[in-house]
Amino acid sequence: MLRNLRQRATLTDIVVWGIGIFIGIMLIIGFYRAIFVPPYNAKYTYFTWADLIVKGLALGGVYALIAMGYTLVYGILRMINFAHSEVFMSGPFTAVFLANALANAGYYEKNPLLSLILVAALSITVSMTVAILLERVAYRPLRTAPRLVPLITAIGASFFLIYTFRGLYGSGIFAYPTIPALQGSWTLFGVFELYKTQVVVITFAVIMMFILFYIVQWTKIGKAMRAVSEDKEAAALMGIDVDRIIVFTFALGGASAGAAGILYALQFPVVNAFIGFVPGLKAFTAAVLGGIGSVPGAFLGAMILGVLESLGPNLFLDPLRINNPSQLKDAIAFLILVFILIFRPSGILGERMTQTKV
Amino acid sequence: MSKRLFAIVSVLILASFVLAACGPSTPAYTCTDKIGCVTIKPGDPIHIAWALVVAGPNETLGVDSRNGIEIAIDDAGGKILGHAVKFDGQDTGCSAEGGQAAGAKLAADPTIIAVIGTSCSSEARVAEPLFSKAGFVTVSPSNTAPDLTEAGNANNYPGYLRTAHNDKVQGAKAAEFAWNVLGVKVAATINDGSLYADKLQQVFADNFKQLGGTITTQLAVDPAQTDMSSVLADIASGKPELIYFPIFLPAGPLIIQQAKKTPGLENTKLMGADGLFSPDVPKGAGDDVEGFMVSSPLVTGAAYDAFVQKYTTKFGKAPISIFHAHAYDAFNMVKAAIEKVAVQQPDGTIIIPRQALRDAMYATSGFQGLTGVLTCTPTGDCANPTIGVYEYHKGQYPPTLIFPTK
Repeated sequence: MLRNLRQRATLTDIVVWGIGIFIGIMLIIGFYRAIFVPPYNAKYTYFTWADLIVKGLALGGVYALIAMGYTLVYGILRMINFAHSEVFMSGPFTAVFLANALANAGYYEKNPLLSLILVAALSITVSMTVAILLERVAYRPLRTAPRLVPLITAIGASFFLIYTFRGLYGSGIFAYPTIPALQGSWTLFGVFELYKTQVVVITFAVIMMFILFYIVQWTKIGKAMRAVSEDKEAAALMGIDVDRIIVFTFALGGASAGAAGILYALQFPVVNAFIGFVPGLKAFTAAVLGGIGSVPGAFLGAMILGVLESLGPNLFLDPLRINNPSQLKDAIAFLILVFILIFRPSGILGERMTQTKV
Repeated sequence: MSKRLFAIVSVLILASFVLAACGPSTPAYTCTDKIGCVTIKPGDPIHIAWALVVAGPNETLGVDSRNGIEIAIDDAGGKILGHAVKFDGQDTGCSAEGGQAAGAKLAADPTIIAVIGTSCSSEARVAEPLFSKAGFVTVSPSNTAPDLTEAGNANNYPGYLRTAHNDKVQGAKAAEFAWNVLGVKVAATINDGSLYADKLQQVFADNFKQLGGTITTQLAVDPAQTDMSSVLADIASGKPELIYFPIFLPAGPLIIQQAKKTPGLENTKLMGADGLFSPDVPKGAGDDVEGFMVSSPLVTGAAYDAFVQKYTTKFGKAPISIFHAHAYDAFNMVKAAIEKVAVQQPDGTIIIPRQALRDAMYATSGFQGLTGVLTCTPTGDCANPTIGVYEYHKGQYPPTLIFPTK
C-alpha cells in the first residue's frame, strides 16, 4: 500500500502539496490570531467584519455577472474569451456620458430609478453589441481552428478593444455622478451601518443571476444552448441553428457584463479604458473556482472570491505581520486560482462530464 | 596616363588647396567642454524637450506644465539668440515604466539641450540617470520628492534641477496646518508606493510626531487599486481624526469616496497634497469631496495674474493644475543660462557647451520668476516655496484657499 502510494506520487506532487499545506497552516494561524490573540482580536469589532463581508458580497455580485460571460461561452465553445474583460469595460465607459448628461439635467435627483435604468440599458446594449461583434469578427472564422488559435485572438482582440476605447474617449478618467437617493446608510440594530449602494448592488446581482439561470435552465433557447453545449453536431441534426445559439450566448454574456459594469460603477465610480482587466481576471478566477461551464458555480465562486478578497488582508495577512496587506488583495485571488487549478481543476460545482466531452 | 589628364588632375588638386585656404578666416571653435557641446547652425532650431505626463489619469498635471512652457516660448517670441525653439517631447505616464520609456527615447536624441520634466518623482528616478548621462540639463516643474536634490543621495544626478518645492517644505507645512489650524491630535497616512507619496507621508508623519501628535498607521495601497475597504478598515481601527494621503489619481478620489462609507471614518478629516489638485478630483469623488483638503504651492503677484490671463486667452480655460508657473520659470531659467554660456560665431552658428550650461543653471541666483525670486542650491533646489492649503467643495474647481488666510 505504502509502496503503491510512493510510486504514484512524484516529487512535483509532494512539493505542490507541501506548499499547499504550508499556506493552509499559515491561513489557520492568521485566522486564529485575528480572532483569539491580543492585540489582533481587539483591533476590529464584529461590525467591521460584517461590513467587510457585505462589501465582499457586493464585489462578488459584480464578479458573478462578469463570470457568466466566461462560463456560458466556455460551456458552448470550450474556449476562454479573454476579451470579455473589455466587453465589461465598454459598457460603463460609454454609459458614463449618458449618466453625466442626465445628472447635469437634474434628472438624477428627480427620478433616480428611471435614470439608473436608462444608464444600465445603454451599458448593456453597448457591451452586448461589442460581444456580438467580437464573436462575428474574431471568433467565428476560427471556429474550426485548433483551440490555441482563438485564445491568442482573444488576447489580441482585448488589446484592440482597450485601445479603441482609449482612442474614442481619451485616456483620462471619467466619473459617474453621485446618485443622491443612494447616499447614506440604513442602521441595523442601532449600530451596524448598511450602506445603500451595497444593498442595491447585491440585490440587483442576485436578481440578474436568477434571470440568467432561468433563461439557461427553463426556456426553449436555454435548452438549445445546453444541447449545443453537449454536442454541436447532434444539436444541428436536431434542427438547432448552432450559429444563432452561439451568437445568443455571446449576447447574454455581454448583457450580463454590461449590467455588471453599472453595478461596478455604483461602487467605484471612476472609469477609464483600463478598468476591465483586473475585474475580468478575477471573474475568470471566480468562474474556475465555481466550476467553469456552470451558472450556479460561477455565482458561488464569485461570492466566495469577493468575500475572501475583502476579508483576507485584515483576517489572514495582517495578523501574520505582513506589511501593507491590502496591496496583496489581488494576490489572494490569483493564489486561489493557482490552487484550484492544481487541486481541483473542475472547481467547486464542477460540471459532470458527459461521454462526448471526455 | 596621358600628359593631358595628368595636367588636369594636378591643376584641380592645386585649385582645391587654394580654395581651402580661402575658407573661413576665423579659426573654428574647438569644444573643450567636459561633456561635449551642441552646435546649432544658422537656421537650425534650439531643441528643448518635455518629458511630462500628458495622457492617462494624471494628464492634467503634465498638460498644464506644458501649457506654461508654451506661454514662456510665446513670451520669448519663439526664439533664443535668434534661433527658433524646437519644442517636443514624450509622455511619461506618471509611472516608473513611462519614465523609463520616455527617458530612453529622449536620451537618444543628441540635438536636445535641455529637458523640462519630469512630472512625477517616480519618473525622475529612472529617467534622470539617462538624461544626466546624455549631458542634458533637466529642470522639473513638479518633482517634489526630497531625495532627488539631496546631496550624496543616489537619486541626485548632475544636471538635475527643479523649480517645484521640496516635499520637506510641503510635508512640514501640512503637519503644522493639521496640528495648529485643524487641532488634530491623531492622524494616519496612506501612500501608493510612489517615490513622491512615500517620502511626503513620511515627512508629514515625522513633523506631526515632533509637534506632539500620534500617527496610528502608515499604510500603502496599489496605485491601480479600486477597492480600499481593507486598508480603510485597518485605519478606522486606530480612530484617527485625520487621514493624510498624498497620492495620485484615480486612487485619491476612490479613497475619499470609500472613506465616507467606512464605519468609523464618516467624519474623519481627509487631506491630500498637490498630486490631488486636479479637476478630476471633485468629478471622481462626487458629493463626497466636500471638505477634502489639499496642500499645494501658493503663487501670487501681478506677474502671475498677467500670466493666468495669457493662459486663459491661449487655451480657452483657466489653468487646469498647479505647476504651470513653475514650468514657465523652468523654461526661462534654461533660456537665461543658454544666453549666458552660448558661444556665438559671426555666421550665426551658436555652440552650447553642456557642462558650462549646467554650471550656469546651478549658479542661478536672484532670478525673477513667477513663483518668486529663485536661487538654486548646488544640488538643484531652485524653488522659493509658499505652501497653501485648499478645500474642495462639491461640484467646484478650483478649490478654495483656506490657509494662510488673507
